[in-house]
Amino acid sequence: MGKAFGAVAGVGAVASLVAMKKTWDPLPSVKAAGFTTLDMTIYPEGELITEKWRGKPIFVLKKTAAMIAKQTESQKARDIVVGDSHFMIAIGLCTHLGCIPAYIPADESFLCACHGGMFNWAGEVTKVPPPRAFDIPPFKIEGTSLVLGEVGPEFQAMKDSGITL
Amino acid sequence: MAHFTKATSVKDWLNQRLAIEKVEKVMASEYWIPKNINFLWAMGMVLAITFALLLVSGIFLLMYYQPDVKDAFYSVNFTIMRDVDYGWLWRHVHGVAASVVFLIIYIHMFTGIYYGSYKKGREMIWVSGMLLFVTFSAEAFSGYMLPWGQMSYWAGMVITNIFSLGGLHLDGLVEWIRGDYVPAQAFLTRFFMLHVLLLPLAIMGLIGLHFAALRIPHVNNQDGEEVDFDAEAKKYLAGDKAGSKVIRFANDFMSKDLMVVGFFLIFFFYLVFFQYGFALDPVNFDPADGLKTPAHIYPEWYFLWSYEILRPFSVNIGLLAFGFAQVIFVLLPWLDRSPNAVPASRRGAFSVWFWLLLIDMIVLTAMGKLPPEGMFSTIGLVAAVAFILLWVALPFITMNEKKV
Amino acid sequence: MKNKEPLILVVVVAFTLLTYWLVEPYAHSVMHKHVESEHFAYADLKPVAKTGNVASGKELVTGAAACTGCHSIEKEGMPAAMDAVSAAASYGVNPPDLSNAGAIYDAKFLANLIVNPAHALKVEHKFDAAKGQSHPMTAFFGAGGDAEQEVADMVSYLQSIAVKPEEVTPKMAYENACGRCHAVSYEKWTQVGEKPAFKFEKESLAFDIQVLEYQEHLTKYMGKLPPDLSMYIRSRGEHFISTFIENPQAHLEGTAMPRVGVTAEAAEKVIEYLEDAGDTKRHERESLGKSVLIYSVIFAIFALLWKKQVWKDLH
Repeated sequence: MGKAFGAVAGVGAVASLVAMKKTWDPLPSVKAAGFTTLDMTIYPEGELITEKWRGKPIFVLKKTAAMIAKQTESQKARDIVVGDSHFMIAIGLCTHLGCIPAYIPADESFLCACHGGMFNWAGEVTKVPPPRAFDIPPFKIEGTSLVLGEVGPEFQAMKDSGITL
Repeated sequence: MAHFTKATSVKDWLNQRLAIEKVEKVMASEYWIPKNINFLWAMGMVLAITFALLLVSGIFLLMYYQPDVKDAFYSVNFTIMRDVDYGWLWRHVHGVAASVVFLIIYIHMFTGIYYGSYKKGREMIWVSGMLLFVTFSAEAFSGYMLPWGQMSYWAGMVITNIFSLGGLHLDGLVEWIRGDYVPAQAFLTRFFMLHVLLLPLAIMGLIGLHFAALRIPHVNNQDGEEVDFDAEAKKYLAGDKAGSKVIRFANDFMSKDLMVVGFFLIFFFYLVFFQYGFALDPVNFDPADGLKTPAHIYPEWYFLWSYEILRPFSVNIGLLAFGFAQVIFVLLPWLDRSPNAVPASRRGAFSVWFWLLLIDMIVLTAMGKLPPEGMFSTIGLVAAVAFILLWVALPFITMNEKKV
Repeated sequence: MKNKEPLILVVVVAFTLLTYWLVEPYAHSVMHKHVESEHFAYADLKPVAKTGNVASGKELVTGAAACTGCHSIEKEGMPAAMDAVSAAASYGVNPPDLSNAGAIYDAKFLANLIVNPAHALKVEHKFDAAKGQSHPMTAFFGAGGDAEQEVADMVSYLQSIAVKPEEVTPKMAYENACGRCHAVSYEKWTQVGEKPAFKFEKESLAFDIQVLEYQEHLTKYMGKLPPDLSMYIRSRGEHFISTFIENPQAHLEGTAMPRVGVTAEAAEKVIEYLEDAGDTKRHERESLGKSVLIYSVIFAIFALLWKKQVWKDLH
């Protein structure tokens, strides 16, 4: 009977562990804030819009026809196509020390005020010190929307080919 | 029911109920310690005193600290450092003691390794000591989060990321630990709980176990001599104190302990008031900012050697090496195959092994702090591989050791 | 038996010091660029060759369309043309009051600033004349006479109205040279001035809104909001701050922060202000530290004597 009593006590203990584990889970409000759905039809061409995802700024730049026409192979690899629109979407932090670069429409480029690093409209480094192009957040294309935080096949392909971390 | 008589004194009253005379004998006046020990045997007492300093200073910090991401930095750097009378003192004592406690732990550990104090019935002392090391590490890390400065935030980010276990991509586990996608409110409050409640409880329990584990096998000595405690105790009690090989824990051993504590406190308070920069990292006086990474992210000095074992390898191999480094010390009593429980200086190849391990860990510590570039990363890689090889070689080195 | 304790102590101390040296002084010397102080000599700037005349300087500074068009000189009863927020909207940052400029800023720096602001401030990477970018402070091209003499006159005038250099207080130096961009919240300092204790929350919020508006303009002008310096004395240290003030570009090439051109004495005052904000208890720490160390030595001596007494019979 002692063993049976021990087993019953064990069941209770394990059951309480479930509650303890669940209590440590991220709260629903936190989880809800972890996925940001962007309606990709609203962005104007050639204008930088900054969105926010998991506490980070997200750059969204809908490419102009001229930009699409002049894309090199490496720039095409970073291109995110939703419907028939092409986008540069990236985490808006300089890959050097994490400052937020400013977009200069006249030059179609980004300038980081901290240490003078520069990126082009496709998100590639044009002037050091940044060690690599802008990082791309995990995304999944759903029709004309983009869900940030979910990994879709397009993002997985970019990750596998080392285009982004 | 036991028979109680009318007490003749307060002591007698207590004695009938708590057996204080017996406890005093077992734990102090007839707790026999070998006489041939040096000041390294006082490190246990130094650690107990340092832990007391941490506990007391922590209590006063706790009275003003606010575990809220918006207020934490302010409550530490304004309220405690500027407003509260002597608040700055508690913080300096707490921060410096947290760093110095690891220096003493390492000295204590290497003393144990050098003199073979983990052998012949002393295995549990070693194992409970290593468990204390692990809980102290967790305590130090969780405490480091609380000021919510740049180093708190980014160390929290980098260290919790380790739990994704590289190629396994356990991002869910990382998020579970953090309670969020990034270190934020849930993260700070749970580490606060760990730091002020759960881990101190665990530490106090383990300290009890550590002391208890020592009582039966008794303290080791610096000559590897097997002392017949009963015979020597008889000699002592018969009045031949000078001829006996043992001394009482109190006051004989304790007086020496406290003398070492006295000298230690001079060193400790010098650090608290005049040389605190190593323990209170300047970078952590910048408030946490998830949008700005510091130029260099490094753990506190006492974690550097294991951090450097993680760093020079590719992600998955690094994690395996890191995991190896975390558990291998615990296994020391079983990896050392030699029957000798004597100082390393009399153990031939083991002596070489001991000094190589010590130097290797200092090299790892230095490389762990330096930026992983060029020569530094090469040295770091060599030292990390050497660390693993040293431990793999230990059973083979000690297997053929001659009995001394 | 030979006493091994001294040797053991030497070994423990040696390994401890070696580890300390490797992870602290050595590692930090590798990680951080060391910038030597130039003692606020501003050697790259042209020296003031002429002796200035205060009276003609006054006419040039306070004349129509001159300095006082944008800068106030409160001391001489000349208020600012605009409040701080409107000034920031127009110029990016509120132009400093010139009452004590002659005491806070180096004379050579002032002379060069008047002639070519972007050059003296070392922000030519931001305001490149070739690209048609001009600094919000208009350069002085001369008032018709000998331009070099005129500049010397203006500097002399500013020096004549300022307090004596030794009378510059830490607050005065900080507020004028740094405080229009950098808040110090622990001293209640905002970019538009010290936040008073308001009776009503509404007034307090209105003040905060002013600060936010100012910061918006400033952010646009600087590229990012300059940091609050409350804890900089602990996070950066005296040497870094001092050499950074002297020449920001030497530490952070391309930074938007201008060289402000303070004198060595004024820089010391700025440091003192930051110490009062972020390390208020430094004097208490040092004096208490001495007492505690003396006590610790006494404690150790008594511990030693007791041990000797207890161990007398044991040897």
